[in-house]
Amino acid sequence: MKKFWWKILGGLLLLYAVIFGFIVDVPDTMIQQTMRNLFYHVGMWFGMFAMLFVGFIYSLRYLRKFDEREDVVAVEAVNVGMMFGFLGIFTGMIWASFTWGTPWVKDPKLNGAAVGLFIYLAYLILRGSIEDIHKRAKVSAVYNIFAFILWIVFVLILPRVSGAGLHPATGNDVTPVLPMHMDSSMRTVFYPAMIGWILLGCWILQLRIRIRRIKATVNELLT
Amino acid sequence: MLGKEIKFLVGKEIKLELKQKYVINGILLYLVSTIFVTYLAFEDVISVETWNSLFWIILLFVAVNGISKSFAQESPARHLYYYTLASPQSIVLSKILYNLMLMAILSILAFLFFMLLMGNKVITMPLFILALLLGSLGLSSILTMVAAIASRASQNFSLMAILSFPIVLPLLATLMKVSSTALINLEWAGNAGFIVILLTINVAVIMLAYLLFPYLWRD
Repeated sequence: MKKFWWKILGGLLLLYAVIFGFIVDVPDTMIQQTMRNLFYHVGMWFGMFAMLFVGFIYSLRYLRKFDEREDVVAVEAVNVGMMFGFLGIFTGMIWASFTWGTPWVKDPKLNGAAVGLFIYLAYLILRGSIEDIHKRAKVSAVYNIFAFILWIVFVLILPRVSGAGLHPATGNDVTPVLPMHMDSSMRTVFYPAMIGWILLGCWILQLRIRIRRIKATVNELLT
Repeated sequence: MLGKEIKFLVGKEIKLELKQKYVINGILLYLVSTIFVTYLAFEDVISVETWNSLFWIILLFVAVNGISKSFAQESPARHLYYYTLASPQSIVLSKILYNLMLMAILSILAFLFFMLLMGNKVITMPLFILALLLGSLGLSSILTMVAAIASRASQNFSLMAILSFPIVLPLLATLMKVSSTALINLEWAGNAGFIVILLTINVAVIMLAYLLFPYLWRD
């Protein structure tokens, strides 16, 4: 119980979010009931960002101590972050088809997300093209740190450079999709949902790291 | 100490380039023929926006081509030899400096040739030149770092492109924004913010290169 309480908490929070996400009152704005997708779509971005940040931190840690285990955490965090990223894009595309009438629009938030996926797909290809494990870990850690910082810069400056798009939560927009513009009933679902998604991400990350370690041990025993 | 090393290393890069002239000639020919191909493809429909986007995309491809050789040109044994002589920081700073000179020359040449074939659309010339120079610095520092990363892996040319395109975007988007205002009106106002962004990106990238390069260098 001491060690896995957060998994139970994460599960309960998500269960709560899935049920009350459909029950809670949402304000009657232009997008009406599709507003409920907020609890799931935005959660994907919180999860993606949290996981990529974990990857960034572990890449930094790898460069301090050169411990293989840190590299495993970094690459698996990127994998889980990308899973959230793709789900975020898909949930967003479904939402966009209903509200904007098209799955993809030219918008800073959407482009920022797509570029993030390109960066981390390139990261995985870079890893694949280096045979030696120590060299792979070191070179990919350097790229991860370099690219993460430039990605953050991109996400921050893009709305200024290309102007506000259709996506809410840019500039002075007051659509209730950010906590400060929500009413209290929406917030009671929004916050637990976000924490739940991040905890779920941590759980998946932990399982993937364990699987990778077991595989490595099995390989060692076989050879 | 660092300054002296950098001076020698930049001198070495220049000598190396002059010895193997076919490399720089190759890049120049690449530049000229790419611009010529776009000239034939687009002929007369040239709006200001198209002019701007085409120019920066061509410059990006020229930069990727020109800088990808930075670390691949010399043998790993030669790099080991430099490692015993100089600090990794001065190696990366000298490469950035050298590539900056290369990119400044290439971007000016590209601009002149582009202007010759596509016509001059620039209204505020000093602003555009400033964008070219800041762009050269940004492209050379980001791409030098990516070239160093790609040179550690096999099949490095396609890798160079896929690694650099997404991370070069914050720079490229800001550059296109600044240069598009240089094409549209005479006003400098409103661009100060973007110039600051460009300078910040450049400083951040050079600092990151300075801190991270030593890890790429040691095997």
